[in-house]
Amino acid sequence: MSCFDALAGYGLRSIGTGERLLPKGDITLCEQFALIGSGLVWNVYFAVIAVVLGFFFATALAVAKVNGAAWLRVPSNIFIFTFRGSPLFIQFFFAYELFSHLPRVGIEIPLGFTTITAHTSWLTKAWLGATIVLFLNTGAYTAEIFAGALRAVPKGDIEAADAFGMSGMTKFRRIIWPTMLRLAWPSYSNEAIFLFHATTLVFFSGFPAWQQKGDALYYANYFAEKTFNPFVAYPIVAFYFVMVVLLIVMLFGMVGRKLNRHLAIDQHDVGRVRRNKVFSFLTR
Amino acid sequence: MCSDPSSLEGLNWLWCYLTTAKHMKFYLSFGTVILLLVSTVPFIVMFGFLGALARRAPFAPLRWFGLAYTSMVRGVPDIAFFLFVPIALDQFVELVRHKVKCPDVLEPIYQGNDFVVCTAAKMPLSASPQWLHQAWGLTLAITAFAIVFGAFAANIIHGALMAVPKNQLETAKAYGLTDSQTFWRIHMPQMWVYALPGLSNLWQILVKASPLLFLLGIEEIVYWARELGGTKPSVFTYPHGDWRMWYFLALLVFYLILTWGSQKAFEWLENRLAKGTSTVQGRAA
Amino acid sequence: MKNLIIATVVASFSVGAAGAETIRLGTEGAYPPYNFINDAGEIDGYERELGDAICAAAKLECIWVKNDWDSIIPNLVSGNYDAIIAGMSITAERDEVIDFTQEYFPPDPSGYMGMAGAKVDLKGGIIAAQVNTIQAAYVAESGATLVEFATPDETIAAVKNGEADAVLADLAYLDQFVKESNGTLAFVGEVSIGGGVGMGVRESDTALKNTFDMAITSLKADGTVTKLIAKWFDGRVANY
Repeated sequence: MSCFDALAGYGLRSIGTGERLLPKGDITLCEQFALIGSGLVWNVYFAVIAVVLGFFFATALAVAKVNGAAWLRVPSNIFIFTFRGSPLFIQFFFAYELFSHLPRVGIEIPLGFTTITAHTSWLTKAWLGATIVLFLNTGAYTAEIFAGALRAVPKGDIEAADAFGMSGMTKFRRIIWPTMLRLAWPSYSNEAIFLFHATTLVFFSGFPAWQQKGDALYYANYFAEKTFNPFVAYPIVAFYFVMVVLLIVMLFGMVGRKLNRHLAIDQHDVGRVRRNKVFSFLTR
Repeated sequence: MCSDPSSLEGLNWLWCYLTTAKHMKFYLSFGTVILLLVSTVPFIVMFGFLGALARRAPFAPLRWFGLAYTSMVRGVPDIAFFLFVPIALDQFVELVRHKVKCPDVLEPIYQGNDFVVCTAAKMPLSASPQWLHQAWGLTLAITAFAIVFGAFAANIIHGALMAVPKNQLETAKAYGLTDSQTFWRIHMPQMWVYALPGLSNLWQILVKASPLLFLLGIEEIVYWARELGGTKPSVFTYPHGDWRMWYFLALLVFYLILTWGSQKAFEWLENRLAKGTSTVQGRAA
Repeated sequence: MKNLIIATVVASFSVGAAGAETIRLGTEGAYPPYNFINDAGEIDGYERELGDAICAAAKLECIWVKNDWDSIIPNLVSGNYDAIIAGMSITAERDEVIDFTQEYFPPDPSGYMGMAGAKVDLKGGIIAAQVNTIQAAYVAESGATLVEFATPDETIAAVKNGEADAVLADLAYLDQFVKESNGTLAFVGEVSIGGGVGMGVRESDTALKNTFDMAITSLKADGTVTKLIAKWFDGRVANY
């Protein structure tokens, strides 16, 4: 099998196109690169959905935690504590068991022009079930970061906004929220990176791989077991992950600069940034 | 009471079920996890120190190595290391033993997909008792944890060494202390205060990474939860359906208690340590 | 799932353990009634009793070692134990990697088990199977959607919770779940794949293989095997 064939056969294997059976017997380097690379699609998918949706959820949670009334504050605190205080690995196991015990029903969702039926059985599939767990998990971690930043928003900024006669919502959108993001950004980039790492847990923790469609580490593990040689497959995974992490750092750096564009010298955040770099390793 | 389980009902049945020898192994494995966590800590701190010192080394290649080591945990998922390090280390040890113990064997060690060493180079030897095999497995697992979390610790210790106020060190110099005296008597003791928040965070991360030991083939709580929770047909003394959800719920609760307790302990320790230092907490105290 | 000792593969020039007094037997401990961990936390089942009988007949001292199914062959080859006795069917593919003794359990058809009353498309539906089993290989090539699980128990759970339409496994294993399901589970198909069940040993361990073969022959002759099969497999009659 030539290298091109390997790419054509396995380049999209993780989403079900190409060769049906995984490589066996004499496994080439190209096959390993192609198949593990195809698995990366899953990691990126999990991370993007969870981080994007988790961002909004976390903002709401953080506001509830810091400024909410007791009936909002207490549940948010419990939620954040539960997801930050237990291992994601166990959360996956538990969620999978919980989802598989739900009654099997279809829920009709009218979309106006058409109606789609959502099945509860989708929850036991990694694409939905695992994404939900990751979303809730990153929501909790991010909320804790955002809450810390909210508390650190300078009083003067808020007083100035009051002096301008800004209403609650305007004040939040124009003053508090941007400042919160600016303060939280270094930690939040870390969170995004470690959430991306955490996506490799999915297929090792209860959620089965359908038709052997799995993520990058799932395939690397497959190769390491078939060839008895860990020195090829795992470094390939490492290579792919370093590339994506560099991309994440670049993207978050761009946004971070945009958030701070009005500050001539980055005085406001210097101390905070440095401290965050040291202390905020937020893995699970 | 538990001698005839088939006649039991309700709470009596449950009590007998939860006190079987198999469940005792489950309860014991909670202790194993905590013991493993605690015994990993010294190695993590050691790797952390070596990494931090490497980053401050005057010799440039060593500094680059330190930087690469401390940066790797940001680039590559920890679970990839946990799957890779034990196997790689195992092969490396056997390779070295092979070179030492069987110098006269000429066959290549890598034969196609196989890794072939002589019998005497096996680690541990095939004939060794089971506990030695398990101990070796644990050693590999602890090493993998120490390498990965050592890199985190190195980051924290490096940052903490940088965070000690410069004027403290300058004052020491002014009093005529040598470089090594300054490092051990002034720099190091103060470093801990700055490192502790990071290290306590690292402990929590370590606790939450402990179920990954399951992936390394160690019989810990996840293993027993799956084993005990699965459907048991009537060939077992206590048959039941699929109860894994409840067992995993118990594990969740265990971890919540563990991380909550750790947090309280660290808060207390931080306040103690901060006394008499030039930090906000220290001044307040 | 994973076992870290899979790395090393035995040397062709390794000395077999056949001459030694102590033999280590590897089993999965999750496949009742063949082998399972009983409530006392010990390995139990047909293969436990048979294995002990074989060791007694061969005058060997045997130690039982538990190992996950998906690394059970690599760990035999790397020398973590000396024989596999884990309901493993004798197949040509496995025979290339390890050697088998004569069978101690006759060829058993594999059964598809699904929910009673449900219509299952065996060639196009979703079929669960345990990884690295003859059943998983069969499903992968049958056109059905294969969902693989690390343990047999998870394959049953997948059918019960509706995740998979059916599970393909040894009939003798599935039988107890069908019987005890109060009619909710049923067999929906049957295929004949694989040969009888035998003990696996390293290719280089010819002496050990012969020792086991002789012991099994004697136990078949004196009726022990037939008796144990009847005891553990619900009165099943074996023609040994």
